[in-house]
Parts: sequence; structure tokens; C-alpha cells
Amino acid sequence: MSIDYKEITLNGLWHNNPALVQLLGLCPLLAVTASVVNSISLGIASTLVLTGSNLTISMFRRFVPDAVRLPVFVMIIASFVTCIELLMQAVTYELYQILGIFIPLIVTNCVIMGRADAFASKNPVSASVLDGAMMGIGFTAVLVLLGGLREALGSGTLFADMHLLFGPMAENWTIVLVDDYKGFLFAILPPGAFVGLGLLIALKNIIDKRLKDRQSAKAPAHSQEAGSKRVRVTGQIS
Amino acid sequence: MALIRITSPHVHKPVNTAGIMRLVILATLPGLLAMTFFFGWGTLINIIWASLLAVTFEAICIKARNRPLYFYLKDYSAILTAVLIALALPPFVPWWLTAVAVFVAIVVAKQLYGGIGQNPFNPAMVAYALVLISFPLEMTRWTAPFMLQGDGWNILGFVDTLQLIFGGWSEHADAFTSATPLDVMRHRGGLTTEEAWRASDVLANVGAWHAVSAAYFMGGILLLYKKIFSWHTPAAVLISLGAMSTLFYVISPDTYADPFFHLTVGGTILGAFFIATDPVSSATSNKGKIWFGIGIGVLIFTIRTWGNYPDAVAFSILLMNLAAPFIDQYTQPRTYGHKAPNSGLKGKA
Repeated sequence: MSIDYKEITLNGLWHNNPALVQLLGLCPLLAVTASVVNSISLGIASTLVLTGSNLTISMFRRFVPDAVRLPVFVMIIASFVTCIELLMQAVTYELYQILGIFIPLIVTNCVIMGRADAFASKNPVSASVLDGAMMGIGFTAVLVLLGGLREALGSGTLFADMHLLFGPMAENWTIVLVDDYKGFLFAILPPGAFVGLGLLIALKNIIDKRLKDRQSAKAPAHSQEAGSKRVRVTGQIS
Repeated sequence: MALIRITSPHVHKPVNTAGIMRLVILATLPGLLAMTFFFGWGTLINIIWASLLAVTFEAICIKARNRPLYFYLKDYSAILTAVLIALALPPFVPWWLTAVAVFVAIVVAKQLYGGIGQNPFNPAMVAYALVLISFPLEMTRWTAPFMLQGDGWNILGFVDTLQLIFGGWSEHADAFTSATPLDVMRHRGGLTTEEAWRASDVLANVGAWHAVSAAYFMGGILLLYKKIFSWHTPAAVLISLGAMSTLFYVISPDTYADPFFHLTVGGTILGAFFIATDPVSSATSNKGKIWFGIGIGVLIFTIRTWGNYPDAVAFSILLMNLAAPFIDQYTQPRTYGHKAPNSGLKGKA
């Protein structure tokens, strides 16, 4: 069986993007994306867990009976989340406190469970690791985009507090977009996340439609097809 | 055979959207006059500014959606939304706050959902709720009613008001601001209702609010008389709010405000007559409208009394907008020839 690595990559990043298309992992997506730094941190943590759990589950896929596969997956995922949690406590303690409950909650993130069940338990290790990484990066990208949008609208800054994640060298990364900004509380609150995500999904659909239009413009236009010309049909009549 | 003979033509003047919208705008005039009389030029300036913005945003959206521009602009719906927003906002909000509110109402709550007739929520109330949540400081800066103050109405002239709204909030303007009666009632510490009435200057000036409500009430009656909407929604809102507040006032007059206060202060009358009756976002049948109104009345009392925000008309109407399709499902009237109404889940089976 040959593996189409390109398709796995594209699926994770775009066509099957966990946040924009599958709409999985919405709880952390909506809850923590109030700033870029939160988004990047949660994105990295989720990606690491996703890649690790995909790797492990794919390795053990032949030894796990179907009946108990979900508990096994959860235990594998939970051990990875525990690793990440301890790591964050050790390295970025302040960030760990800001993200709070959403770090342990990665266990219940549907993206991770979904990829474990739908992909890693059925595919070889190399494909599963790539899938986990790409899904994670796709998820992180949406998180960061939404985080940037909400931070810019809500507090008028970008990349504030990045030193929590990247250490002292990031102290002055903060970009103040508008001086003396009043703050737009709506963007920071959860409703702003819903609206922001809706706009991002709309944007993706627009881009997809444009791409499709361009492709069909390139391909020679089909002339009138033979067969039935009835208007009201359900499905293809040949 | 005795048939009723009426000579032709039988066709009445057709009622169109623009005509209805114009009439509703006209009916807000008494309220606008009362607001201007008691609170100064701010509301009038806000209405003009909001209408300009609303028409601009509407035009841009319609152009972007490739719809006929003039056809949609001439129905006055954008202007009505702008007028309702401006009437609901405090009179001296800064210009950018009105701009945000109108943008949200026209672009997000109306055009993104598909334009006039397609919006599940009342655009003016979506905008009001959004700015209330986002800018609590600006949104709670009401003025004390000028008319009832010592210096009278010439505290703040037209030009001063323009400067206040477009030039930024100056320090000296803080002298005019005060809480609304509902605010005082909500955050009165440990005082009983009666002590609050005695202690607060704001509540001493509550007459201005009664007058504004009375003016809106007149406008509402005009619309009822013109049959722009039926009595069901406003009556249900007012009666349920009245009943709810009477019940609690009778139980404990120290803890709860009296029913008259609830009915005539804040946005109750404006909401009941001008916003809850929005034909697009409210329930459809008469029975449905009654349930819709009862929901609004009960929610207004609940949020005002136990919630975090002093006034609740916008939130109540939005929540009931959300429930309107559900209400419609269960209140479908019996059609002629059928024994039972085709409503509820069995209707769809």
C-alpha cells in the first residue's frame, strides 16, 4: 500500500483542517484564543500530543482489540498530556497558570481522539506521524490566526507577553497597533471567538470557491451533455 | 340573495415596506422630542450620525452582494435601525461607539444574514447588546435630565454637544453624567427600596423617564391604530412584566421595585412597542406573539432583578428572538378545514 504523503499534508493543513472543516476542538479554540501567545502555546502543546499519540497508537494498532480501543487511546493520550503539563510547569510556569484547565483538557480534545480513531489506528507509523503533525499544525495555524485577530481587535496589540513562551529575548516583541486603545471587550469574550471563527470559515470557503472557479475556467467547458435534460432530478441520470 | 354591496374599487392603497418603515420612524418622534427635551441635543445628533452611517454601510453591503442598490436603499429599513439604536444609546456616547453599533447592526446582524427579512435577531438590539458588553463605561454614562436640574436646559448647547460627541469626552462633562434609575435600583447596597427612593437624586428625577416612556407609548398607540402590528406582543410584554413585578412587590416591597417603576423606566416601552414587534425576528401567529411577549416580560424582570446588568430589554428580546422559531413550531394556528392545528412535532411527521 503506497501512502500519499502530499495528500495527508494538504488534508491536515487545508482540505480537512481540524478547526475550519471538521470543527473539532472548538472548546479550547474558543476559550484560549484571546491572545497570540496563548494560541501558540496551546497549539504547540496540542500538536506535540497529537503527534506523539498518533505515533504510539499506530505502533500498537495491531495489538489493541477493537472492543477496548477507546480506553487504550485515552490512556495513551493522557500520558502524553501529563508529560506536556509537567513540561510546561517546569519551563513556562506563568503560561501554565494562564492556560490553566485547558492544558489537562487536551485529553478530551476531539481532534486528538478523532485522528487516533480515524487515522492512526488504521495506518502505518510514518503516515500517522505525518498526519498528527499536519493536523496539529493546521489546528495551530487557525488558533494563531484567531488569536491575532482577537488580540488586535480586543486590546489593540499583537504578540504581547510573548516572553512567557520564548524567554527574555521576546520581551519587546509587542506591537502596539493603536496607541491609547480603549479595548473592545466583545472580541476578548467568547462570543467574539465564535464570530471570528465564523468569519475565518467564510474566508476559507471563499478561497475554495475561487480556486474551484479558476480550475473549471481552465478546463474546457462541457458542452451540453447527452442524456436527460429534465431539470428536476435528484442525482445523475445517464 | 342578500349580498353586501360595496362599489369598486376594492383595492386599498397597497402597504409597502417603505411606507411601514416611514410610519414607524414617524412614531418615534414623540419619544425623540421627549429625549431631547429632557436630555439635550445628544440623541438628535446621534440619530443623524447613525442614519448617515447606516445608509453608507447598507449601500456598500448591497453593492458587494450585487443587489439592486436603489431598490433596497429606498425601503428606509436601515434608517429605522439607526434611529432605534440612537434612541437606545445614552445621549452623549462618543461618535466611534455609534459607528461600531451601526456597523454591527447593518453589516453583521442584517446583511451577513441575508439582508432585510432574513435576520434572525433584531439588528438594533444585537448592536446595543454588543456595545453594552464591550464598552460598559461609555454605555453607563447617562446624563441627569437637564430639564429637572437647577441650571435648566442651557447647560449644554448644540455646539457643545457636538464637541462632546465628536471631540472626545472632556473632564468637565463628567459633571453631567449620572446613573440611570435602574442602575441606582440595582446597585443600592443594603438599602431597602423605600430608602433608595429617599436617598437618591437620580430617583428624585425619575419623572423625566416616565415622560419619555409616555411619549414612546403614544407613538406605539399610533402604530397600533394604524395596524402596523397587532396588540398581542406589546400587551403580553407589559402585562407579564407587570404581573411578575406585582407578585414580587407584594411579597417583599423592601427588596423589589414597584411594577409602575418597571413598566415606565428604562427601555420597557420602547422595547415592547418598537422592537419586540419587529415582524421578522418575532413569532408569527397571534398566539405565538403572546408567548413571545410573555417570555420577554418575564426575562426583563428576571435579568433586571437578579442579573448583572441594570436594564435587560435588549437581552430579553434577543433571547426570545432565538426562541421564536421554536414558538412558531408549537403555535401554528388551525387552518380552515382541519380539525386540529398542524403544530408541534406531529405536524412534521
